[in-house]
Amino acid sequence: MSKPKIATASLAGCFGCHMSLLDIDERILDLVELVDFDKSPINDLKKFTGKVQIGLIEGGCSTDENVQVLRDFRRHCEILISVGDCATQGGIPAMRNTVPLLECLEEAYCNGPTVYNPSGAIPNDPEVPLLLDKVYPCHEVVKIDYFLPGCPPSADTLFQAIVALLKNEPVDLPYELIKYD
Amino acid sequence: MSNTITFSIDGKEIECKAGRTILDAAEENGIYIPRLCHRKGVSPHGSCRVCTVIANGKPMAACTTPVTPGMVVENDAEEVTAMRKAIIEMLFVEGNHFCMFCEKSGNCELQALAYRFGIAAPRYPYLFPHREIDFGHPDVFIDHNRCILCARCIRTSREIDGKEVLGFVERGPRKKVAANAEHGLRETEIAVGDEAMAACPVGALMPKHVGYQVPIGKREFDHEPIGSDIEKEAKASTK
Ligand code: SF4
Ligand code: FES
Repeated sequence: MSKPKIATASLAGCFGCHMSLLDIDERILDLVELVDFDKSPINDLKKFTGKVQIGLIEGGCSTDENVQVLRDFRRHCEILISVGDCATQGGIPAMRNTVPLLECLEEAYCNGPTVYNPSGAIPNDPEVPLLLDKVYPCHEVVKIDYFLPGCPPSADTLFQAIVALLKNEPVDLPYELIKYD
Repeated sequence: MSNTITFSIDGKEIECKAGRTILDAAEENGIYIPRLCHRKGVSPHGSCRVCTVIANGKPMAACTTPVTPGMVVENDAEEVTAMRKAIIEMLFVEGNHFCMFCEKSGNCELQALAYRFGIAAPRYPYLFPHREIDFGHPDVFIDHNRCILCARCIRTSREIDGKEVLGFVERGPRKKVAANAEHGLRETEIAVGDEAMAACPVGALMPKHVGYQVPIGKREFDHEPIGSDIEKEAKASTK
């Protein structure tokens, strides 16, 4: 029987959650015994090869591209997990949510004290993902099956949750592994 | 008339002095009832409803309801836990609680309650309201993004510090704590050593120049859930 597959993505996040996954240190050897990595920045695989058992999402949705990737993950993953405070709550990127989008763009590209932009134009290239009106936690966009908060969630949190799911056991994390910071 | 009365919490018979609230009587007997707006030493407020119990069949705030003889209280019940969790989740989505950079993280009672109840994410949509920060005072600030309107600062300042520096203004979703002065905190007599400063359960009313003083791992709720001290005392005394 082939190994189950896992896929990961970073949306509006800082890659800190992925770093935390690497922080499982030598346990990554146990992990690759249990799973194969599918689409993920860890192996640089850009496309799904088929259905995967577990999808880990870091970051919330800040752009139309984030939404597309998240929906693609939902379609391909049996179990989809929001990883980290940005995926579960919006996190740091969601600090822009209390300011209207146009004001954010004007501050970033026109009025900010360190901005050098002689044309005064706000970038509008089709290659640049379109910003949503605000940053959304993943569960406000697609159905999410599990939440692992933390900034980032600790390596232990990630490892214990993933292993439990792969072994078909309940994800019963101890008190010290559910943290918001 | 004897001034002790008997009642029960989750089927356990408890004796207490007449006039005690359910919350105090429970605590004296090593039973922790979660609470947020309640603070020992100041008058109860009964506003957050985190302390909700079922008393004689009805949901009641344990911090304001006096025990009556023979009262049947449910504290550790599924229905009660569900209500409390819902309230805590609502508090999270109603304000802007960015735990990852909040100086209070690890010592915050709202966060600690969420941890105790094992809340991984709130089920309600986030509101992301626009809120101000009063940063004008040299030593103290109020970040309204984090304020949960518990009135602990208001009551503590009035009743313990003997000052009239804070109060509520406006109503409904616009309700907020305000300094009793035209230009905010800096024109009040609030001082960083006031008991009111220690009263804020979250990171809203905070001292400046402190930052992240206690490292992760050494903060109040890093290893043990809020309320453990009350529960431990009970275990120790039955030994
Ligand atoms: S500032 Fe703190 S103590 Fe005062 S009402 Fe807000 S949350 Fe409560
Ligand atoms: S603690 Fe009782 S209502 Fe807030």
